Amino acid sequence: MSEIKDKTKKMEVSRRDFIKTGALVTTAAVVGGCGISKEEFLQQHFKELTQEDVKNIKKRLETEYEKEFGKKFSVSFKEPIPQTLFGYGLDISRCIGCRRCVYACVDENNLSIDPQIHWIQVLEMEKSKGVNFHHANLHYDREKVPDDDHFYLPVACQQCENPPCVKACPVEATWKEKDGIVVVDYNWCIGCRNCMAACPYGARHFNWKKPSYIDPKTKKKSELNEDTHYLGNRPRPQGIVDKCTFCVQRTREGKYPACVEICPVGARKFGNLLDPDSEISYILKNKRVLILKEELNTQPKFFYFYAT
Amino acid sequence: MTIIRFLKESFKTVLKGNKWYYSWLALLFVLILWGGSGYISQLMNGLGETNMKDPVSWAFYIGNFTFMVGVAAAAIMLVIPAYVYNWKPIKEVVIFGELLAISAVIMALLFVLVDIGNPIKMWHMIPFIGKLNLPNSLLAWDSIVLNLYFILNLTIVSYLLYTYFKKKEYNKKFLVPLMLLSIPMAVSIHTVTAFLYNGLAARPFWNSALLAPKFLASAFCSGPAVLLILFQILRKTTSFKIKDEALFKIAELMAYAMFINLFFFASEVFKEVYSNTEHLVHFKYLFIGIGDNKDIVLYAWTSVIFSFIAFLLFLIPKTRTNFITLNIGAVLIYIGVYIEKGIALLTPGFTPDVLGQIYVYRPSMVEIQTTVMIFSIGFLVFTLLTKVAVAIIFEDLNIEALEKKRKKV
Repeated sequence: MSEIKDKTKKMEVSRRDFIKTGALVTTAAVVGGCGISKEEFLQQHFKELTQEDVKNIKKRLETEYEKEFGKKFSVSFKEPIPQTLFGYGLDISRCIGCRRCVYACVDENNLSIDPQIHWIQVLEMEKSKGVNFHHANLHYDREKVPDDDHFYLPVACQQCENPPCVKACPVEATWKEKDGIVVVDYNWCIGCRNCMAACPYGARHFNWKKPSYIDPKTKKKSELNEDTHYLGNRPRPQGIVDKCTFCVQRTREGKYPACVEICPVGARKFGNLLDPDSEISYILKNKRVLILKEELNTQPKFFYFYAT
Repeated sequence: MTIIRFLKESFKTVLKGNKWYYSWLALLFVLILWGGSGYISQLMNGLGETNMKDPVSWAFYIGNFTFMVGVAAAAIMLVIPAYVYNWKPIKEVVIFGELLAISAVIMALLFVLVDIGNPIKMWHMIPFIGKLNLPNSLLAWDSIVLNLYFILNLTIVSYLLYTYFKKKEYNKKFLVPLMLLSIPMAVSIHTVTAFLYNGLAARPFWNSALLAPKFLASAFCSGPAVLLILFQILRKTTSFKIKDEALFKIAELMAYAMFINLFFFASEVFKEVYSNTEHLVHFKYLFIGIGDNKDIVLYAWTSVIFSFIAFLLFLIPKTRTNFITLNIGAVLIYIGVYIEKGIALLTPGFTPDVLGQIYVYRPSMVEIQTTVMIFSIGFLVFTLLTKVAVAIIFEDLNIEALEKKRKKV
């Protein structure tokens, strides 16, 4: 307790902050026993963090992760690139349903192996029925893909311009960034899962248990990706929601998302919608695109198209 | 200080009782401990201890929450006739309706709390301290109206009991506006809870404009059903007094509410079945099952049939005024609405999920234990509050009587 008091004295605090801290200090004492640090407990909303806060959080998380996973992590807070609005294109006629993107995403984004979380869900659909979720099979298991009578529709976060999940969140723990990516602050999320009920694409996933990186069947431990972003692929705590971020840790550095790079048939395209010379702009201009559940007015920035 | 006296005497009253009272309390404590052991394992290991998964991400807890909000809202069922129309036979029992409301709101809030994945960060929801997403998030609104409703009812009840204790007339200027406010508040808690589901365009099963009206209609049935039985128990076991006439009147009002509820239900079924769009799939899951997945079909039909039988029992004056059929009706309504607002509301909304996939949800033992714990806490709160209220209103626990007793000694 005395340590907390000293710290309060040292800080130059506004009245509001003072009230906040005062109300929270007592609770923080209780929290001590619950496995999270008081700094994490008292951490403010992402948009209210000062540069100093960001520095401290970065340091705190990097130390925490190194201790837990035995390797050095970098947690980036890189902001959106100006004049950039990310868009995604997926060529339905090319996708062969191999699910390489699913696993590349798991590795890149440090998704929990047990319980299993997949940000990309590949649906197998009957060719004769077209794009129709009521005839879709997520758990198809074939020796060889693609199957002659089926086509494949990978679904991940559609990065809506009008995201229902953001509206639903009671504590503003999720929002749309300037580059169009919908992100979650894992440290602010309370785990109510209202966003999951609101999402029409099943794109939001809950960490029902503390993420584990050991395969429950093979007992193989997977290697974590240490290049992380605070709003993206850093290791997640238990009891919060995560989702596809267009690989924010990569795309804000000018790289492609992992799923785009791995796709063996080049079905995945990615780029800046505001740049008329980008590949995604070319697709929108020259191909016929469709978006999922357009009647819900979510305005996805994830476009499906048929290149051939 | 009278207020300290009031608290002290209330505390004493709660500790005194016959062997039935003590056995009841002991039973509740045992259930709280048994249920609590399940909840603790959930706290330690996370919500993975439940059978919820990404496709069915809200289930048993939120179903119970919804039901409890309905019960809490039903306090108005008694406040309206008693205070707006000044209908005497019910007036004296309004206070018990409000005690039920308080207990039910506590249970509703607890059901939300146990459903939260990261409860330690709940302070993010405290207005001005955290960051409440207003006016956008319905869940944010819901937390506000539920907490206000809780504070409001607690104020009314404590004030009423305290004035009874002082043997003074209550201040109408203070109390009547609060009571009148409690009516729209009761409507609002259930409406906002309905909007929480209703506003989710991703879930066609809930995205129906009839949802909020239906919530209100069913609450007008389930809340009084609880009260009908509680009043009879209290009448038998304590000095609580209520006329038969009042019970029959409540039952009559329930019959009308149930008619409206069934009518709304029929309208929804018509719309879905006749238009036969893809959205029908959720009704199919509920009433006939999809493939081999018929888990909730039995519950769905039980709910509809029970509700209908109860409607008839409460509609016909002869069965309404016979205590055996009256009580059967109340139990049937309770079960009917409990299913309707719980399992039959939540699981079909999520099944099939937004990508058309089916995950068959059944509550886990931990979920059942946690639910039993919350119900027992609710019953405990209600028992203790009622004990005090009965003593003050019917058993002459007040400052004058206490002074007299002291002088005699």
